[in-house]
Amino acid sequence: MSEVATESPAAEELAAVEPETAEPTVVVDDLHLTYRIVGRRRGGAPAALRRVLLREKSPGQRSVHAVKGVSFTAYRGEAIGLIGPNGSGKSTLLRAVAGLMAPSSGAVWTSGQASLLGVSAAMMGAMSGDQNIMLGCLAIGMTPEEIEKEYQSICDFADIGEFVHLPMSTYSSGMAARLRFAIAAARAPEILLIDEALATGDVKFRRRSQKRILELREEAGTVFLVSHGLNIIRQSCTRAIWLENGRIVLDGDVNDVVDAYEERHDPGDRDAESPQRKPRS
Amino acid sequence: MTEASAPAPGLQRAGARLPIDEYTRRLWDRRWFVAAYSSASSGVGYERSFVGQAWQVLTPLLHIVVYYLIFGILLHTNRGVPNFIAFLSVGVFMFAFCTTSLTSGARAITGNIGLVRALQFPRAVLPLATTLVAFQRLIYSLFVLFPILLITGEPLSLRWLELIPVIILELMFCLGLAFAVARVAALIPDTTQVLPFVAQVWRYTSGVMYSLAVFSKGHSGLVLVLLEHNPAYMYLTLARHALLVGNPASLSLWLSATAWSVGTLAVSYLYFWRGEEKYGNV
Repeated sequence: MSEVATESPAAEELAAVEPETAEPTVVVDDLHLTYRIVGRRRGGAPAALRRVLLREKSPGQRSVHAVKGVSFTAYRGEAIGLIGPNGSGKSTLLRAVAGLMAPSSGAVWTSGQASLLGVSAAMMGAMSGDQNIMLGCLAIGMTPEEIEKEYQSICDFADIGEFVHLPMSTYSSGMAARLRFAIAAARAPEILLIDEALATGDVKFRRRSQKRILELREEAGTVFLVSHGLNIIRQSCTRAIWLENGRIVLDGDVNDVVDAYEERHDPGDRDAESPQRKPRS
Repeated sequence: MTEASAPAPGLQRAGARLPIDEYTRRLWDRRWFVAAYSSASSGVGYERSFVGQAWQVLTPLLHIVVYYLIFGILLHTNRGVPNFIAFLSVGVFMFAFCTTSLTSGARAITGNIGLVRALQFPRAVLPLATTLVAFQRLIYSLFVLFPILLITGEPLSLRWLELIPVIILELMFCLGLAFAVARVAALIPDTTQVLPFVAQVWRYTSGVMYSLAVFSKGHSGLVLVLLEHNPAYMYLTLARHALLVGNPASLSLWLSATAWSVGTLAVSYLYFWRGEEKYGNV
């Protein structure tokens, strides 16, 4: 994982997969996913007590129907971009594919363990960077010997220098994101799910992480990528699924789907170079 | 959830709960994670204090001082107990393991939801780790307990070795407790608010700072039965039997303590495992 400023991969390199011949790796069958969110209720303690006594339904507690009947099949060798406005259910869908959240109805079938590479991956702020490297790698199932071998390359990749011995709560957001990515990308899973990982860090780190994702893609069977950077989706995916409000709007060749999406959400602004840019909805 | 068959050969349902034997084997595979999590998180919370992790032992020590002042000197619960300081110390340290396991077990899932939503691993790793942190604290406190025993005049004896099976039984029970409360707290967020009161009632009914044998004399059958079938009271009595002179323990006490340990651990482990798929939806 040395630092090489590579050019972005050309889309032509990514051959489309013929569904007839390829083997399915992920089958999502009419997936619905609802989860509870507990928000802050209005009115403080007296109002809350009154609600309990009168058995009123609490207005702060509601469930979010994040994914509403999504079905698709992914094949070995595909790289699928998930696009859609904030809150359209992309991250929840990835969590369901990874088996981290249970469907309310429908099912997700996978050919192997899917692993989620997210910027919000588990990290413990009070613990130092090296403790986090240890914990994160052990949690994804690496053995202490494997970690010892990988430790230096994780540190080099994260490029956080002496900060590795300080608690993660003292890190800048960019440093924390780099370390999380370096830990999560230490091992290549069969099905790789990437949630906005490309949008973190500075330009230099983005190049480096893109290169690492390309390496992981060669080892992994299927890749899913959630990103708001439409150019990144075009460059690194063969297929795209456009989600809106928990439903699939369009599923197909990456250029067709992204074109249609841009027409709807970003007319006249086709050059969304900055991945930080969020599509207006 | 309906158990439909796979749409194509070689596919498994994502996040499906593994059979209990396979699940347990996976749990064993993550033993290094449990160890690393335990040792890393036992230091969390003390970084900004001057004496650091010494507080893990200082806190129960201060409890002993407070209980001695209130119960021993003000309320005279020490009557009928020859060596009250030693009696109290064994009670406080052994009982602290139960309450710490209970309260940290409640946060095992809810306090690590970031981890649960990001990585796939047997969730039983988390209550296991929080209980081991509490266990480590118990072991540290033994290094304070033994000097207290010797200073207050308890003779060093081979019977002290009986503490080892007592601690193992209590560890099994506390582990079961952590599994159960971890799932309950994941289902009902209000659990963490209620637990301090549960712990408090439990402490006062477990004979931590008084001898149940002396104080229960005025009570009739049912109360006595309830008090004596409290598992924490059993572990405390057995520990006092091992460490203090003049605290007999019957064979039936050993047997019922063992039954509580094995039963709680087995039932709670199954209960926790049955909720495996849903912990990420909390």
